[in-house]
This record gives sequence, structure tokens and C-alpha cells, in this order.
Amino acid sequence: MNTMTTTPILLVKSQAPWQRVWNRFKQNRRGYWSLLIFSVLFVISLFAELVSNDKPLIASYQGQIVFPVLHDYSEKSFGGDFDSPADYLDPFIKEQFNKKGNWAIYPLNHYRYDTLNYFAKVPNPSPPTTENWVGTDDRGRDVFARLLYGFRISILFGLALTITGVVLGVLTGAVQGYFAGRTDLFFQRFMEIWGSMPELYLLIIFSSIFEPSFMVLLILLSLFGWMGLSDYVRADFLRNRHLDYVQAARALGLSNWQIIWRHVMPNSLTPVVTFLPFRMSAAILALTSLDFLGLGVPPSTPSLGELLAQGKNNLDAWWISVSTFLVLTITLLLLTNIGDALRNALDVRRKA
Amino acid sequence: MTLLQVNHLSVSFGDTTVVDDVSFEIAAGEKFALVGESGSGKTVSALSILRLNPDAHLSGSILFNGEDILQKSDSAMRGLRGKDVAMIFQEPMTALNPLFTIGNQIAEVLMLHEGLSAAQAAQRAVALLEKTGIPEPVRRALSYPHELSGGQRQRAMIAMALACKPKLLIADEPTTALDVTIQVQILELLNQLQREDNMAVLMITHDLNLVRHFADRVGVMEHGKLIETGNTQELFSAPKKSYTQKLLGSHPHKLVAEPAPDAPALLQAEQMRCSFSIKQGWFKRREFVAVDKVDVSLVRGETLGIVGESGSGKSTLGMALLRLSVAKTEGKIVFDGHEISAMQSKQIRPLRAQMQVVFQDPFASLSPRRTIEQSVGEGLALHQPHLSQQALRDAIAACLQEVGLSPDMMSRYPHEFSGGQRQRIAIARALILKPALMLLDEPTSSLDVSVQLQVLELLAQLQKKYGLAYLFISHDLAVIRAMSHRVIVMKDGCVVESGATASILSSPQQAYTQKLLAAATYSTLS
Repeated sequence: MNTMTTTPILLVKSQAPWQRVWNRFKQNRRGYWSLLIFSVLFVISLFAELVSNDKPLIASYQGQIVFPVLHDYSEKSFGGDFDSPADYLDPFIKEQFNKKGNWAIYPLNHYRYDTLNYFAKVPNPSPPTTENWVGTDDRGRDVFARLLYGFRISILFGLALTITGVVLGVLTGAVQGYFAGRTDLFFQRFMEIWGSMPELYLLIIFSSIFEPSFMVLLILLSLFGWMGLSDYVRADFLRNRHLDYVQAARALGLSNWQIIWRHVMPNSLTPVVTFLPFRMSAAILALTSLDFLGLGVPPSTPSLGELLAQGKNNLDAWWISVSTFLVLTITLLLLTNIGDALRNALDVRRKA
Repeated sequence: MTLLQVNHLSVSFGDTTVVDDVSFEIAAGEKFALVGESGSGKTVSALSILRLNPDAHLSGSILFNGEDILQKSDSAMRGLRGKDVAMIFQEPMTALNPLFTIGNQIAEVLMLHEGLSAAQAAQRAVALLEKTGIPEPVRRALSYPHELSGGQRQRAMIAMALACKPKLLIADEPTTALDVTIQVQILELLNQLQREDNMAVLMITHDLNLVRHFADRVGVMEHGKLIETGNTQELFSAPKKSYTQKLLGSHPHKLVAEPAPDAPALLQAEQMRCSFSIKQGWFKRREFVAVDKVDVSLVRGETLGIVGESGSGKSTLGMALLRLSVAKTEGKIVFDGHEISAMQSKQIRPLRAQMQVVFQDPFASLSPRRTIEQSVGEGLALHQPHLSQQALRDAIAACLQEVGLSPDMMSRYPHEFSGGQRQRIAIARALILKPALMLLDEPTSSLDVSVQLQVLELLAQLQKKYGLAYLFISHDLAVIRAMSHRVIVMKDGCVVESGATASILSSPQQAYTQKLLAAATYSTLS
């Protein structure tokens, strides 16, 4: 066939595949709004230091512009007596900035997740006041600040665990399913042995050996999290590898990895996409429950699980448990809605 | 005496009407056939007689023995189904429950409608199986569906349908999933049983040849309308409607021209042997030979037809010739001067552009999650990586035009196309690489007759234009007659007969070939 001699063809402009995926996503109003709300919340939480902090964002002291959020300044530089980092909630420092010519712009909420409000007028835990919008916990830390920072850690942890789990699960499932035969046989036996290790025991043991941190938890949970998904992906690969379009791709001369990546994988991702929101929710809940049990991130780290534990210990301080419960429920609800819309969006059979 | 009278039947699902004002009648003991292409509403019409399409909205009337079926209560319908009106389906594997034995499933009908005890029903089931000609009926009654062959399964279905001596048997493409020689046996059986019990048969089919030899009267359906009815003889000799004429004329005639006499050899294979090793027990393995001692030769611009029934090894041979088979392959294959049988699969990859495949099922051979542009362009991007994005798009567009599709369909997904269009896309995917050899594995057997002819014409035209060589695998002798220059007939992995198409199909020497030919025309049907 000589393509050079054929008359030039005017192509009708049509939407790119990704454009159509986005259009289908937008069709699901609930999912679309959930994504919007979730993105806004997540972005706000990413900039939590600028929203909820005990230091002013920017201040002017005696004609000099300072950025307390970025740098630590000693109390001396604002006319104090000690060479310790300035406490901007101290009435004296506040007074200094209220003097003529000096000014300071504070973040929306005047507390960081670990700020102790020494100047509260009510005993800890304090119910919601104009100072502490959602009250304080039993150590006098602002619950709103802890929720905001805790939400950020939960989402980041959920994302990281979901991504590593999906990547590992799809990769191992793909290799087992596509190459099948002996590869599959040995990998399956390995997974049976690996899967029979007691995950929770290991977590408890490791949290006593290592200092539990975000990374340690992520690695430990990732080591076991991929297995559930791997089985589903493997089954889909086993089914799809024999279909005619894979044979056709082989006839075109594509290499194994090209066939896996372009042909078998996109048609085997249904279980992955279906489970995505649930995996994300499960990851968030895993961190929350570990924190609740005290096996999670170190004590000073803000986390939703630690807040739930506080709520349990201070049942009369309803603002702690109710607010945490609301944050968790809304997050999981938003994620489920987004997952629903995502599943529809990736189904090419639906009309865009 | 009229047994079934369908008056102004219309069936609609939601807003779409699939059967539109259809009227016909069937007398007791009569064989009536409904013919039409897929989507013409013939199956829906038949299902309406049993009211087996619960989502549909039915209007008109269906009188069975003078009573209107559409007015009956659901429990009255259950008494009718399987007792007075029975049905057999196209694919017996899916119509039979895989978890119950054949005997069990037949006995169930008898216990339900005739109130027999389990022991009596089991005895009757064996008798029925014997009547349908299944060997060793006692043993077969205890078999599960997967333990039977396709023909035996369909016989079991028939035994089940006939259990209560129905007055009307609805047969929905009962032989389409079977091999030609088995088809004839099943039709023979239906004929015989029909005569014995003076049962009326409503046959639904797309196969005009079958209708001609089987039915007393024919109704032709198009787009949900019954456009013509008449005696089989009259309708076939003098069709009134143009659509019927078109259907009857869709029989492929010889489409290909002879290749140049000095055409260079393209593919040469000697002593091909393909085998699979099958697990037997825990450690033992048994060798199953799918292809044995087959020689193949093909020159440029020539078509070699490979004919045989399912399981004869023709597809295995085809894939093995292109080194795509998973079977263990022995023998020497020389393609265009390269001895590909001795090469590593990596070394063959650059040669892949020269040899392409078109598969039988156009629904399975295109990845559902890739657009037409991605599917068609993939091979070209791989073998000519220097092409620019624009040049690639132009080539895809030109190739789509070549196979009779509009280039602005590029960004669509396979599910947005009809079967015939998809097969064109599959051809375009192979054609865009400008191959020298194309393996066509039953390329038209899942298509309607009129579409089938269009695709065959396209293939013949492309062969003429580009001097393509085809390996044409088919069970359909009419298609082979139209398309191939030479033919090899295969049975159980071995070549039974080979030679020029005209001489083999007009004067076959081997008994097997003769049997195939007779079965294909249904000429032995009494």
C-alpha cells in the first residue's frame, strides 16, 4: 500500500481518550463534587503550616520584616529577656507586636498541632471556645490543629500505602498470570508462605525493636498489602493472555512486556480500579487503628487514631471524639464516591 | 389443522421495537423455518411464543391450540413450557447445567410435567437418550455435560426437549455450533423424530442451505419484520422481495484470479508435526499429536485453503507455520528465504511485519480498551519507529479507507462497531504492515451471509492489488471454493487430500472429502 499517493484525508477532530475519561468522570455528579471537595481539603491540609500555626506568617518589628514561620527567632530579638525561641502566644510578645509601627499577620488558627495553650482560661480539655474552635485535648493542644495535621498524615499514608500496594500487586499478579506455568507455580507457593506470617504480631514486634515511624509502618504494611490484589490481577491475566487480541499482538511482533503493558494490563485492571477506594479507606483505617492501639506513629505526631484514643479516654469531652469521627466518616465517604466515579470513567463502553 | 397462529405480534424493549407486526402460522406436523440475519428479530419472536423474554413488552396475539398464550397466567405458562412447546438452543454447552448429569436433567422435566417417580423418570431418560442415538445411553445418562462431545450434547438437549412429547419444538440455530457432518446427523435425527411423533418444528436459522433441505415453509425476517413467507420450493425458485433475492444471491462464487505462473515461492514447510503434552495423573504426561507429517507450500499471490472439522488441527497448523503456536513444533519452515523454524522468537520479530493473522472472532481479536487508531497503528509504530506522529495517522487513515471504513472512526472503541466492521478493522491492522502472507483463520464464519460476501470480496480485491498470499482456514467449503487456488483437507492432524480447489471439490477422491462435501450441501437429508 502506498500511503504517499493517497489523497490527504481531513480528519474530524475527535476527543482524545483521556478527555473522554474525564468527561465520563464528570458525568457522575456525586463523584465529581466529592473529588472537588476532597482536593480542596487535601490542598489546604498540605499547607497546614500556613493555616494553623503558632507563629505569625509575616511580621514587622522595628522596621524589620521577619518571617517567623520560616525562621526561628529568639525572644531577645523581640525585646524579651531570654535567648529561647519566641512564644508568640505569650501576651508579652503579642504586646510587642501591637506597639506602634510593629505588626504581625497570624495564620487563621493560632495553634500548631503540638502547641500547648498555657494561657487558656478553661481547664484542659477545654470545650470549643473562640480561641480553640473545636476545643482542646487533655494536654491542652488545639483539636482543630490536630485534626488538620492528622488528616494530612492519614491521607498521605493512605496514598502511599495504596500506591505501593497497587504497584506491587499488579506487578506480581501480571508476572504470575502472564508467564503462568512454573513461574506461577513457584510464586504461588511463595505467597502462601509469605501470607501465613502473622502480620499483627510482626507489627507489634517491630514496633518494639524500631522506633515506630511513618516509614517503618509504611514498609511493614506494604510487605503484606499487595497480596490480596495480586491474586485478582493474576486471575485476570490468566484469562486474558489466551485471548485473540493478545495472539494478534504477538503476531505483530510485540515483545512480552509490550504486550503486558499495552494489551493485557488495561484489560485486567477492573479489580484494581474497583478496589482502589476501598484500599485507600482500609489504609487510612489501618493507620488509625494502629494509632488507637498505640502501635502507630510516635506519640507526638498528630493522628486521627490518637485523637480517637483521647476521645475514648475523655468521654465527657465529646468534642474530641465527635469531631474526629466526623472527619473520618466524611473522608471515607468522599473517597468511596470518587472511586465509584472513577470506575465509571474508566469503562470505555460508557458514553462520554 | 393450525397448531400455532401468531397474529400481529410486536415486541419492544423500552423504546426499541425489535419485532414489528409479525404474523405467521404453523400447522400440526409442519416444519416451518424463520430465516434472517443477526438482529432481525427471529429469536425474539420465537422466545415470545414461550414468553421467555420477561423484560419485553408484547402486543398482538399468539394462539396455540386456539388459546391465546399472551393472556395466560404465569403458572399456566409453566405448564405449557417443556410440555406442549419445547425448545432447543444453539449452544448446548451453556444450555445444559454443568453441575447435573444429563440423565438427571432429562428426568427433571418428566418428574415435573408427568409426575413420574425418580426411578421411572430415570428409566425414561435412558430410553429417550437411546432414541436420539447416543451410544451407551445408560452410561451417558450418568455423564456430565462436559464429558460429552458437541454432537452428543445437542442430542441430549433434544432428548430433554422431546421428553414430554411436545406438539411444537422450537429449534434456535440447533446446529450452528456443530461441525458439518454432525450437523447433518442432528438434522436427520430431528427429521426422523418429527415424523414419528407428527410434531411441528419451528426452526430458526441463518443458513439458507439448511432451510432448503429441511423446512416445508419459510418466513424471511428483516429488521423485525416478516417480509416474505411461502413454500420452500416456491420461495427459493422465485423470491419476491429484493432482500430475499439478496440473501439467496449472497452465495460466494469464485472471487480470485490465478496467481502469476512464475510467482516466487513464499512459504515452504516440510514434515510439520505439532504436539501437546497433556498431564495424566500426577507425574505422567501423554503426548497429543495435533498435526502430523504435513507439507505446505505457497507462492506469492496464492491462496491455500485448509479445510477440516473442529479438532482436525487446521488452526494449530496455521499458527505453527507462523511460529505462533504454543505446541511443540517440529519440521522445517522456510519463509521468504529465511528458515524461521531454526530462529529464536526474538530473531523472527522483524519478520513479523511480513506475516500477519486475522482471527475468526472479531469481538475477541481487538483489545476492548484500545481505540481503533491505537490498535491499527501499533504494528506500524513498532516496525517503522522513525515515522512521525502525522505520518502514522495518515497511514492509519489511508489503511482504514482501503478496507472500506471512514478515517474519522479512528478514535472509537471496538464495541462501537458491528461484526463486519470489526473484521475490517482486524484486516486493516494486518494490512497496514504490507505483509506478504496473511493467515486467515475462519475470517468470515462469525459474520452474516451478506456481510461475509463483502469481506470475502475485500480480501480478494486486496490480494489482487498487493499480491498477498493467503493461508485460508475454514470449515465452510463454499467459502473455500470462492477464495482458494489450492486446498488441503485435514482430518485428525493428517492431510487426507490436497490439490487444486476445482478438482478436489468437484471430484473428491477420498471418502472423507466426499462426506464433507455431501454434508455441506445437506444433499443427503431425506
